[in-house]
Amino acid sequence: MSALRTSSSRVLGASFGARAAMLPTRAAFTRSMATVSETPAEPEPRLKTFQIYRWNPDTPSEKPRMQSYTIDLNKTGPMILDAIIRIKNEQDPTLTFRRSCREGICGSCAMNINGQNTLACLCRIPAESSADVKIYPLPHTYVVKDLVPDLTYFYKQYKSIKPYLQRDTPAEDGKEYRQSKEDRKKLDGLYECILCACCSTSCPSYWWNSEEYLGPAILLQSYRWLADSRDERTAERKLNLENNMSLYRCHTILNCTKACPKGLNPGKAIANIKLAMNSS
Amino acid sequence: MIAQRVGLAAMRGVAKPNGLFVAQNLPKLALAARLPAQQFRAAATTSKVNLTPAEGQDILAKQRLARPISPHLGIYKLSQVWFSSSAWTRITGCVLSGTAYAYFATYLVAPLVGFHVESASLAAGLASLPFLVKGLLKFTLLAFPFSYHFVNGVRHLVFDIGKGYTKPQIRRAEQFAWSASILAGLFLAFGL
Repeated sequence: MSALRTSSSRVLGASFGARAAMLPTRAAFTRSMATVSETPAEPEPRLKTFQIYRWNPDTPSEKPRMQSYTIDLNKTGPMILDAIIRIKNEQDPTLTFRRSCREGICGSCAMNINGQNTLACLCRIPAESSADVKIYPLPHTYVVKDLVPDLTYFYKQYKSIKPYLQRDTPAEDGKEYRQSKEDRKKLDGLYECILCACCSTSCPSYWWNSEEYLGPAILLQSYRWLADSRDERTAERKLNLENNMSLYRCHTILNCTKACPKGLNPGKAIANIKLAMNSS
Repeated sequence: MIAQRVGLAAMRGVAKPNGLFVAQNLPKLALAARLPAQQFRAAATTSKVNLTPAEGQDILAKQRLARPISPHLGIYKLSQVWFSSSAWTRITGCVLSGTAYAYFATYLVAPLVGFHVESASLAAGLASLPFLVKGLLKFTLLAFPFSYHFVNGVRHLVFDIGKGYTKPQIRRAEQFAWSASILAGLFLAFGL
């Protein structure tokens, strides 16, 4: 691999080569070839080192390790995701991570960056500090490969709260279930959750009890359906949470609220569930 | 689109060796011959490529057994794990009750082993210690654990009525809990 793509052709191909090759082709029709020498001088490289957690399922006996990659921030986009995509493209194609939308709406690139769970696409590269950026998969999850966590159980838990509208009475006009503006407003800050699992995997309580405790993300979703005025199974939903583990393993540590990359408040949602459990 | 890419990739490769070379003049087809080499990538896994679903399931089951758990306590932000108020509420609670249990157990066996742990003799014993030692002993075992546990207990009562969940409120409350309980602890330990 590296023998076929030599490092010099990679570095220059990405920066100097691109500019040198593209500018003259545009200008070549009107100007002479001598313009090639007018290429602006390279700015001072701003090198940044990323330490990334690596583990390969094909060699399971090898321990997970941290691998360092150094890239020039002048040639990289502003976000962590830009950096790791660049590393994957240019330095190490075996680096594995999930990504899709690059704008914080799909929740694929959730990972632990410098000790804080967040979406790589919404997290700026801390360019001012010279410290290395440390990137780990979401904490206390089973690692599929490198930065890819196994979220199977997380999704199963989501399924277990029946995340859909349940009602028996038909709509009054036979067309749609209507709700007042006030009732709709109760869902703000809940429906925006993209299930990236940043909050759940930041919660020490979820680390130790993830098999039974639902975790902040799922509880926020749970509250989204409890708060919905159109849903008619509120009592049943509450009953399912009425045990030691599902809800009450929350000890208001509030790492969830601090972690949420969408600025939502799972801690508050859980508090609202607890209040609702007591009110009836 | 693809044709553009072919051209661009080839130009990048060619433009590098000598800057004066004008890539435009080269026939694109000849350049495209370079592509397979440029775009070659090592396979991401070394396993067999065409698998039946059953074979795939087998591999998945084996992989699941071998999967490591990603690091947690060791890598998460210190302020949210080791210095979180939740953890310290618990730690101070343990210290408080530990001190109480230790004292009561000593009190229970005192007549048998000849200790004197009655209030009067304890007070006299403590009074004979140097001021700093006495203060630090009171601060670590009783004063700080009590004040921290108390302040955070109140904070959790406020949480229970559904208030104080915005990020700035959380931050301020944490700062208040730490500073207030340390000050109160110092007062209880050294001032009284």
